[in-house]
Amino acid sequence: MSTQASPAYQPRKSTLVPTRLRSGFAIVLAGTILIAATMLVGSRVSEYYYLAAYTILQFIVLGTAWNILGGYGGYVNFGTAGFFAVGCYTTIVLNKLFQLPLLIDMAAAAATAGLLGLATGYLTLRLRGVFFSIATLALAIVLQTVIINWSFVGGARGVYVVRQEISGLFDSYAHLLVTLMVGLATCAVLAAWAVEKSWIGIGLAAIRDDETAAETSGVPSLRLKLIATTMSGALMGVAGAPFPYYITYVDPATAFSLAITVNSIAMPLIGGTATWWGPVVGAIMLGSVQQILTVTISSAANLFIVGVLLVLFVTAAPRGVVGIVRAWKRGRK
Amino acid sequence: MNFSWDLLVNAIISGVVLGGFYAATAIGVTIEFGMLDIVNIAHPAFMIVGAYLAYLVWNSFGFDPFIAMVIFAPFGLFFGRAFYRAYHFFFERRGDESLQGLAFFFGILFIIEIGLVLIFGVDYRSITAPYIGPTFGIGLISVSWRMMVPFLVGLGMLAGIQLYLSRTFTGRTILAVSQDIEAVRLIGADPIRAKEIAFGIATASAIVAGILLLIIQPVEPSVGREYIGRAFAICVLGGMASVPGTLVASLILGVAETLTATFFGPSWSPAVSFGLLLVTLAFRPAGIFGR
Amino acid sequence: MNVDILAAQGISKRFDGFAALTAVDFILRKGERVGLIGPNGSGKSTFVNCLTGIIASDDGSITFDGNDITATPAWVRAKRGLARTYQIPRPFRGMTVQENIEVPLRFAVGLRSARTISDAAQVILNQVGLADKADVSPKVLTQVELRKLELGRALAARPQVLIADEVMAGLSDSEVDEILVLLTRLNDDGISILLIEHIMRAVMLFSQRIVVIVAGRKIADGLPDDVMQQDEVERAYLGE
Repeated sequence: MSTQASPAYQPRKSTLVPTRLRSGFAIVLAGTILIAATMLVGSRVSEYYYLAAYTILQFIVLGTAWNILGGYGGYVNFGTAGFFAVGCYTTIVLNKLFQLPLLIDMAAAAATAGLLGLATGYLTLRLRGVFFSIATLALAIVLQTVIINWSFVGGARGVYVVRQEISGLFDSYAHLLVTLMVGLATCAVLAAWAVEKSWIGIGLAAIRDDETAAETSGVPSLRLKLIATTMSGALMGVAGAPFPYYITYVDPATAFSLAITVNSIAMPLIGGTATWWGPVVGAIMLGSVQQILTVTISSAANLFIVGVLLVLFVTAAPRGVVGIVRAWKRGRK
Repeated sequence: MNFSWDLLVNAIISGVVLGGFYAATAIGVTIEFGMLDIVNIAHPAFMIVGAYLAYLVWNSFGFDPFIAMVIFAPFGLFFGRAFYRAYHFFFERRGDESLQGLAFFFGILFIIEIGLVLIFGVDYRSITAPYIGPTFGIGLISVSWRMMVPFLVGLGMLAGIQLYLSRTFTGRTILAVSQDIEAVRLIGADPIRAKEIAFGIATASAIVAGILLLIIQPVEPSVGREYIGRAFAICVLGGMASVPGTLVASLILGVAETLTATFFGPSWSPAVSFGLLLVTLAFRPAGIFGR
Repeated sequence: MNVDILAAQGISKRFDGFAALTAVDFILRKGERVGLIGPNGSGKSTFVNCLTGIIASDDGSITFDGNDITATPAWVRAKRGLARTYQIPRPFRGMTVQENIEVPLRFAVGLRSARTISDAAQVILNQVGLADKADVSPKVLTQVELRKLELGRALAARPQVLIADEVMAGLSDSEVDEILVLLTRLNDDGISILLIEHIMRAVMLFSQRIVVIVAGRKIADGLPDDVMQQDEVERAYLGE
């Protein structure tokens, strides 16, 4: 073993340390451009494209939210639909009681869903990861049962939601929703990027690789996992908050739809869980495919394909598109 | 509903009988998750496949469910072994069990459910048999045969599996693997083959449990989802790798659900198992019999 | 100095009815080099896990630098200055070697700035001889290199106490000597070291004092030569 430095020793900048703020600026810039573009385009684009865009943007948020805990931390959430539905029904409850601006609904949804994430995490994250996953599955079903039995929000039969008035800035309600979603997606992706580059992301990566070794290296694993669960849950709730205004009729089957859960898992896994742009790529790719398929074939067949793609990628390309791109880049050097 | 002792006693007896069936649905998870550490959340989907297979042979040939069990249980064994081999090759060897493994089983669960919807549609399917319908009574208590048969078969299955695990060489190897896989390697036995056989047995038990389900009630593809919570709740409550524990936990769950359904209404039933699971995980993750 | 830096009293632990540890007392003084030996399965790793906070003992108390840490979480103990290596190396496989070292620098030590962390990491990489492997993945390291990474990670926590759990197992004689030199230098710098090993020559060379645990109980605690001459110790190692 050498006791002196190797010759021509170059101090190397750590690759893990956050020095590249370029990605963050790129995200903000892209988001701003998209919002501006959406505002300008207005009613010149058919409603159908707005609705398709809304769905894809919603999945960017959900996939990104899922990935903060799943990809970064290694803890799989099977209850995305539950958190999403909490966001929906927070809006519905607030709508029935008072008539609040959508942004307030979203803040309330974030708080409620975030608290739910915190509670679930606190109860189960001291156990093995699989118990957290099963608990999220359980949570979604318990929540659905509660909603079904709650007549105030319409129970199993569902409830109608009246869209609020739109200001002159927007040509239609769909226009407003999509603009809002672009903003939300930008914020979500920015949040994921910030987490990934920060001490939270580094700690989560250590936890994901080896939680015990992380603990004895000083990583406060429970604390970090709870932060991730809370953020993840809150983002999922926020994604759900505008949904009642989007579809105007909400019933538990739709809010708690399995399609939401499977997509929020499949999109990051196919796109790549290691970094913030994986879920974005996955959402755009898989979301677009589904939009096309749902029109041409049944929605059940569409979901079937999502499931098959999930299994294929997890088996054959576990690092997703991100992994493929990175391997290709390495091969070129 | 009015409270009466009659109602209570009947509910408890029904709960116990139901519990016997639940034991059949959960024993596979006890083996896969409790003993082999494989989080196969697709287990209930295998169960529903078994139900549909039994439906097919009944519909096409008029075969009684018991014949379906005889035909398809070996198929379950074979398929389970092959499935585990693939899982081991792609996931266990890579050390990718947690995130990718869970996502994989979720994908399988999903594909099976949607696949069944595509093939059979969402309508309920049911069968008839001489023992589906009639009830028998002992004093205050009346039990239907369509519940009793699965109860008896469930008990039989558990007894059979417990005997196998404790009396045969392979069975004992499986138990040893569940405790210390390295030790098994050190004594020269092949833990992977033992896991493979165990997974096969678990899959066969799922197929049989699905056929029992069809005896109890009509099925449609999404029925399996409720059983994820039930099976895992029972496995955890029963101490993870214990066959007797599985039985006791199943009976407890059966009674809890039936009492809830009787006195609070059936729409709360799915919440019972999941609620029980959450509570167990939060406060006593070792379960009743467990370490 | 004769101050106790790490003290354990009456540590007991049962697993499922099996008594892994029974009433073990242990003291490590500041600046000391103590060796811990015992047959396989005697409870040494369980003891280390209790000391570092990975498992909770059923009974007994642990004090570190004068503070009771019996109920303190593992990560806090790491921050206070209690570091360990693992018998089977447990690197963070998704990161590079340098990133592995940076984790404790960031979390146990609490360094903030990118430059400071990177510089400190490189110092440690040099100390353990992994400077040229800074950007590779742990998946391609040799056994020796993995052990060095374990030591590097433990060092990065700037510990007062380093528990080296079978860090030399399976290494060649010259590799064992390399590690011994490193450990001795660390001790010279003021780190108290608990060395858990099976390689007797290393233990005898290195330790100022030896503790012997057999079947979960401490059966000897004293100067190396004295301890190795005791009857029970001979029996435990050589049989009746």
